[in-house]
Amino acid sequence: MPALQTKIDGLIAEHQNMPGALLPLLHAIQDNVGYIPESAYTHIAKALSLSVAEVHGVVTFYHHFRTHKPGRHILQICRAESCQSMGSEALEAHAKKCLNVDYHQTTTDDAITLEPVYCLGNCALSPAVMLDDEVYGRVSAADLDSLIAEAKA
Amino acid sequence: MTTKVYIPRDSSALSMGAEKVAIAIALEAKTRGLNIEIIRNGSRGLYWLETMVEVATEQGRVAYGPVKVSDVASLFDADFLSANVENTKPHALSLGLTEEIDWLKKQQRLTFARVGITDPISLTDYIAHDGYKGLKNALQLSAADIVKTVTDSGLRGRGGAAFPTGIKWKTVLGCEAEQKYIVCNADEGDSGTFSDRMIMENDPFVLIEGMTIAGIAVGATQGYIYLRSEYPHALVALNAAIAAATAAGYLGDDLLASGKAFHLEVRRAAGAYVCGEETSLLESLEGKRGVVRFKPPLPAIEGLFGKPTVVNNVISLATVPIILDKGAQYYADYGMGRSRGTLPIQLAGNLKHGGLVELAFGITLRELLYDFGGGSATGKPIRAVQVGGPLGAFLPESQFDTPLDYEEFTKIWAVLGHGGIVAFDDTVDMAKMARYAFEFCAIESCGKCTPCRIGSTRGVEVIDKIIAGKDTVKNIKLVRDLSDTMLNGSLCALGGMTPYPVLSAMNHFPEDFGIAKA
Repeated sequence: MPALQTKIDGLIAEHQNMPGALLPLLHAIQDNVGYIPESAYTHIAKALSLSVAEVHGVVTFYHHFRTHKPGRHILQICRAESCQSMGSEALEAHAKKCLNVDYHQTTTDDAITLEPVYCLGNCALSPAVMLDDEVYGRVSAADLDSLIAEAKA
Repeated sequence: MTTKVYIPRDSSALSMGAEKVAIAIALEAKTRGLNIEIIRNGSRGLYWLETMVEVATEQGRVAYGPVKVSDVASLFDADFLSANVENTKPHALSLGLTEEIDWLKKQQRLTFARVGITDPISLTDYIAHDGYKGLKNALQLSAADIVKTVTDSGLRGRGGAAFPTGIKWKTVLGCEAEQKYIVCNADEGDSGTFSDRMIMENDPFVLIEGMTIAGIAVGATQGYIYLRSEYPHALVALNAAIAAATAAGYLGDDLLASGKAFHLEVRRAAGAYVCGEETSLLESLEGKRGVVRFKPPLPAIEGLFGKPTVVNNVISLATVPIILDKGAQYYADYGMGRSRGTLPIQLAGNLKHGGLVELAFGITLRELLYDFGGGSATGKPIRAVQVGGPLGAFLPESQFDTPLDYEEFTKIWAVLGHGGIVAFDDTVDMAKMARYAFEFCAIESCGKCTPCRIGSTRGVEVIDKIIAGKDTVKNIKLVRDLSDTMLNGSLCALGGMTPYPVLSAMNHFPEDFGIAKA
C-alpha cells in the first residue's frame, strides 16, 4: 500500500525532531490510519535512530496501540472496581454475547471492535463505557443495545 | 433581554447527555423566540444531578437537574428562564440556588474554587475569578521564597505518595543544570478517581498557572503534561487553554514581561497503568517502554532526559496558585495533624450521590459515605469500601469512622492515595475482588521485577484454588507468603501495594475465602 506508506512517512517527517518523539508519532499514525502497521516499523526505526525491536517493544508495551485494523467503531467497557460495584461484569457478558466477539475482536460486519478499559474517570456514574471518543454513564444492558444499534447503522 | 444558561461540558455530564440537552435547549429557545446565551461551564461535581442546567438570575444561579432532553419543553413551559427563588411552584427538577445546595454548601473548595462556575477555556473568565493572582505574586518573589511558601503550606503530593511538594521543589532548585523540567503526572488511572480529569476539563488554566509557578520556582523552562489517552475531552480543553495562555503572554519566552520563560506541551499516554509511577512515566515521555527505573537517582536530580525534574500530580500543581495567592498559612489552616489543607475526595462506585467533595482533612469515611454519598445506589447495606484506587485497602464497616488523614490511614494499614472512594454493597464477593487485584497487577506489570511480574500471575492461580475450596488453609498461607515477597521485594508501588487489597480483603472478610471469622 504505497499511499499508506506515503501518509506514514509524512507523519514521521512531521514528528521526528520532537524530543521523545516515538509516542507522539505512534499516536499520530494510529489517529490517522486507525492502527500501527508493522510494515511501518522499519521507517520509524530509521527516522528515530532506533532498532526495529525497540519500536516493536514500545508499540506492544502500551494497551492503546494496535497493530491491526479495527472495526469502524471502538467500544470500550470499563472493567475497573468502581464499575464492578455497579454490575459491569454483567454488562461485559451482555456485550460479548450481542456482538458475538471476545475482547480485542471485531464483529463480522466490521462495525465494532470490543476492548476492555481500566477506568474512564466516570466513576460516580458507573458502569461506564466509551464508544469512540464519547463516554456514557449509568449504562444498562438496554442502553448498550441502543449504542450498538447506532454504531452498526 | 438575554438570559445566561449554563450547561456543563465536563465528560461525566456529557456521559449523561449534556450535549443533547444543550442542543435541545438552544432549539427550544429559538422556536419560542427567546434570547439565551448558552455557556458550557464545568461540572459542579454533583454527578447524580447531571445534566445540571443553571440559569443566571438576579439572586444568583438557579439549578435544575437531572435534566433530560424530554424535560426541556416542560422547563420552558414552567418559564425556567425567568426563574426566581420566591417562585412558589417551581419546576419539579428545580434545585433552587446552586450555591445553597447543601451538598455543595458544606464543602471547602480551594483547589476546585472555580470548577463548575466558569467557562473552562475562557482566559477572561479565569482572570475575572481570581485567576493568575498566584503567578503575579510569585513573579515578585525569589525562587527560594516561592519554594518556602509551598513548603510552609504543608502541601503533600496528591497523587498518592503524599511526599511534601516543597521539599521536592527545593531539591530541583538546588540542582545546577542548563535544562530542568516540570512534569505533570496526569495519568489518572486509579478506579474511583476523577479529580484530575475534572481540573483539566473544567479549570485547565489553574493547572497551567500552577506549572508555570513551579517552573519559575525551580528554574525550569519546559513543562509536559503526561495525559492519559482515555481523556480526550481533557486534551481538547488543555490545548485550548495553553493556546489562549500563550497568546496572552502567560506562557512563552517572556512571561508577563518578567524576562522569565516557560513553555508547556501536552503529551498523550497510551493506556499503561504503570506509567502513573513517576519513573516509568519519564521513560514513556522519552519515547520508551514504560519500564520502572531504579531509584536513586531521584527524578528531582536525574529525571526527564537525565535532567532535574519536578514530577507532580495534577491536584498538587493545581493547588499551588491558591497558596501563592492567599499565602501558606491560609492553606495550612485547613486540615489535621500533618495532613494540611484540603483533599478533593471522589465518591464513586455503588453510592446514591457520587461526585466531587473537597474538604479539609479530618472528615470520616462514614460522613462521606452517608451524609454526602447518601448510602448505596442499590439501597443495600455498604459492606466494603476501597480507598485509594486498585492498590488501596478494602475497609469494612468497623473502620468507617477513620478520619481522612494520611497518618490515620497508615495506622489501619490502608492508604488515602489520590482520594478516590469506591463503595460496594453486600453482594460483593471479596475473594473475587482479591483475585481481580492480582489479575490487574498481572495485566499492568511493566515486567522489570520478578515479584510483580510473576507474583501477580501466581496470585491469580492460588486465589482460584481458594475460590474452588482446594486446600484453603494451605493456600491462604501461600497467598500471605507471596504478598510478603511482593510487598518487600517489588521495585514500585504496583507490585508493592497489590497486597493491600488482597490482604485487607482476606483479613476483614475471611468468610468470603472459606474460613471462619476470627
